Amino acid sequence: MAVEWYLVLSALLFATGVAGVLIRRSPLVILLCLELMLNAGNLALVAFSRSNGNEEGQVFALIVMVVAACEVVVGLGLIVAMYRRRLPLNVDDLRGLRG
Amino acid sequence: MVEVAFFVGAIGALGGAISVIALRNPFYSVLALVVHLVSLAGLFLLLYAQFVAAAQVVVYAGAVMVLYVFVAAYVGGAEEPLWEPIPGQRLLAPLLAAALFVELSIAVLGTALTALGDEGPTLGASFGDPASIGELFLERFLIAFEAASLLLLIAAVGAVVLAGRRREASDGG
Repeated sequence: MAVEWYLVLSALLFATGVAGVLIRRSPLVILLCLELMLNAGNLALVAFSRSNGNEEGQVFALIVMVVAACEVVVGLGLIVAMYRRRLPLNVDDLRGLRG
Repeated sequence: MVEVAFFVGAIGALGGAISVIALRNPFYSVLALVVHLVSLAGLFLLLYAQFVAAAQVVVYAGAVMVLYVFVAAYVGGAEEPLWEPIPGQRLLAPLLAAALFVELSIAVLGTALTALGDEGPTLGASFGDPASIGELFLERFLIAFEAASLLLLIAAVGAVVLAGRRREASDGG
């Protein structure tokens, strides 16, 4: 199986994540779409690691997973805080910081 | 055989990804993401990344998704309004995503890196196993490893500060 196939699949998954971030309004689903994009990046990193016969890409993928876990923890904390304060869970209604 | 496994994994990953953005209930979106992550773990196994695949299933599909399920159940399935702040957003967004996919594919397929056209060098059985990954982490990438642990600590403290109950704040207004 040529490595190109994995890279094209990774591009497809990344584009799906981008479409999700642009279409959906719920912050929870937007976080899920960010996960999709990070995982597409991981797939590309692991595919390049296979292509080079070098494990460093896999180390990069593991670090990306750590960063994704941190992002999830902080994002979900924000969502819970928004829910407690009875703010609307809709990114279009949360425009208090817009100039 | 490898081709069949690749296409099964690819269909699972892509179907999971499309379900995440297409299902209206956030709870089902989370479950679709679990399908996506497990399929990706299968693809990692095909790429000789055993340890990354195991970490993907244990850390991601296990721990992180449990967190998502709890929050989705806590917040509840909020219906998204059909009102659009930007006219035609639902039509333009998939177009942009398709354009991005075409661009990335041109970049990947039109590259001068000829090594991408074959399946890479023959690798030994120890490629990507926990011992070699751990050796890289503790020797070459020691600073990144320590920074990752510090980042996890900061994220845990930040989540407690953000989501924790503050009695004085709610009393004082």
